[in-house]
Amino acid sequence: MAQLAFHNVTLGYDRHPAVHHLNGEVARGALVAVIGPNGAGKSTLLRGIVGILRPLDGSIHLGGLDSRDIAYLPQSAEIDRSFPISVFDFVGTGLWRDAGLFGGIGKAAREKILRAIAAVGLNGFENRPIGTLSGGQMQRVLFARVLLQDAALIVLDEPFNAIDSKTTADLLALVKQWQGEGRTVLAALHDMEMVRNHFSETLVLARGPVAWGPTAEVLTPENLLVAMRMCEAFDDSAAACAADDARSRAA
Amino acid sequence: MLYDALIGPFTEFEFMRRALAAVIALSLAGAPIGVFLMLRRMSLVGDAMAHAILPGAAVGFLLSGLNLFAMTAGGLAAGFAVAILAGVVARSTGLKEDASLATFYLASLALGVTIVSIKGTNIDLLHVLFGNILAMDDQTLLVVAFNATVTLLVLAVIYRPLVIESVDPLFLRTVSRAGGPAHLAFLALVVINLVNGFQALGTLLAVGLMILPAGIARFWSRDLTAMICIAVVAAAVSGYAGLVLSFQTRVPSGPAVILVATMLYIVSVLFGRVGGIVRQLFPGRHLEA
Repeated sequence: MAQLAFHNVTLGYDRHPAVHHLNGEVARGALVAVIGPNGAGKSTLLRGIVGILRPLDGSIHLGGLDSRDIAYLPQSAEIDRSFPISVFDFVGTGLWRDAGLFGGIGKAAREKILRAIAAVGLNGFENRPIGTLSGGQMQRVLFARVLLQDAALIVLDEPFNAIDSKTTADLLALVKQWQGEGRTVLAALHDMEMVRNHFSETLVLARGPVAWGPTAEVLTPENLLVAMRMCEAFDDSAAACAADDARSRAA
Repeated sequence: MLYDALIGPFTEFEFMRRALAAVIALSLAGAPIGVFLMLRRMSLVGDAMAHAILPGAAVGFLLSGLNLFAMTAGGLAAGFAVAILAGVVARSTGLKEDASLATFYLASLALGVTIVSIKGTNIDLLHVLFGNILAMDDQTLLVVAFNATVTLLVLAVIYRPLVIESVDPLFLRTVSRAGGPAHLAFLALVVINLVNGFQALGTLLAVGLMILPAGIARFWSRDLTAMICIAVVAAAVSGYAGLVLSFQTRVPSGPAVILVATMLYIVSVLFGRVGGIVRQLFPGRHLEA
């Protein structure tokens, strides 16, 4: 049963595609790595899945999920860490689905938040402003929020960037736990060893799909070379996409 | 003696009591808005917006003279138009909000001063530019208090999405569509409070009682709630002390209020607990953890 289905999806900015003509499905409970060089469209694809970015063309089906059933872990550079908010309050935003605009944070909710903070090894950090945390600690905080969201589909954008091996191992264990609970997890990654060892399925992206399938079959030197040779053109005077013309002629 | 200097003006003169009530209302509503303006790195956006209300207020002046209702209505209309247009342009094109507002900064000021000059005198112009809190009548005070009440109510409604949008906008967009409306409502509150401040402090200083107290609060706390409380108290103290200073020394009231706030700001920069200069120079012995 597919949790996610892409039908000729093109995602991009201001008519310029960052991911071109993606087709395929992600099964419920799958653990999928999305890899590719910088600028390959990994973050763009994830933003499309969580609904931040509307496809320029095609459609993404979420297998009946509401957007609130999706947990998204953005790259930490997107977060304003100078904002005066504590770890507790930041993690607590993960309860938006239940609390919304006005819902109170009662005793049960507070305990949930504390449990999530403890689960990522940050006991005692509850009142610390997020601006005083190290990169690894901030990443743990983001994972705690995902935990709290209790979502069926979890989308992680470069979750292990610039963190030490101990933190990576701890957080990777959480990812595997989520998969064990039947959740679907997609993660944009750069570490090929990690992908090879821990992710059963891989999508190699280079502004379009290069290969998609079982990691052992997909993660080949040939596919990686194709991805590395990706064209990074961004041309305002480019013609309209020929693939779309061919499709409409065929129709 | 001390009583005569600090309390006497307010027990003796009704216009001083009205002015005090006005600065307290302005502080209660404007200071929290200022804290969010600062934290969202929009301090100069607030300043630019203060200029954007001028042409509307000037048209009100052109039609009805120094009638505060006409000037308020004109200022609100112009401010909302600019805020909403700038907000919509920024959200739909990716252009930074300060960039789209910068265009309005000088153009609005020039247009407003030109409109006032067509009919008014230099004294009228001074009134529009720097306000006159001591000339506030009961009706204007009620308008200021009403605007402050509306501000606090709306801020309570949009508080949660506003905070999340400030710290992690992408996350908010994945869980809710409240970010856009909250941002637009916030811009509307900025305009309402600028128009409120405009009555007391004039178009050039209206943003002062919003931004300076926020800047003061930043040096004393790392907690949002505490920052908002400190900003409100700093604004109210500046308002009170500014009025006393103005009464005793005949310094114009608006500039006196802002000068007191500036003094508090300088003290905070020097001695503030969070990042103050003295604290950085003499941090004390380092801690164990």
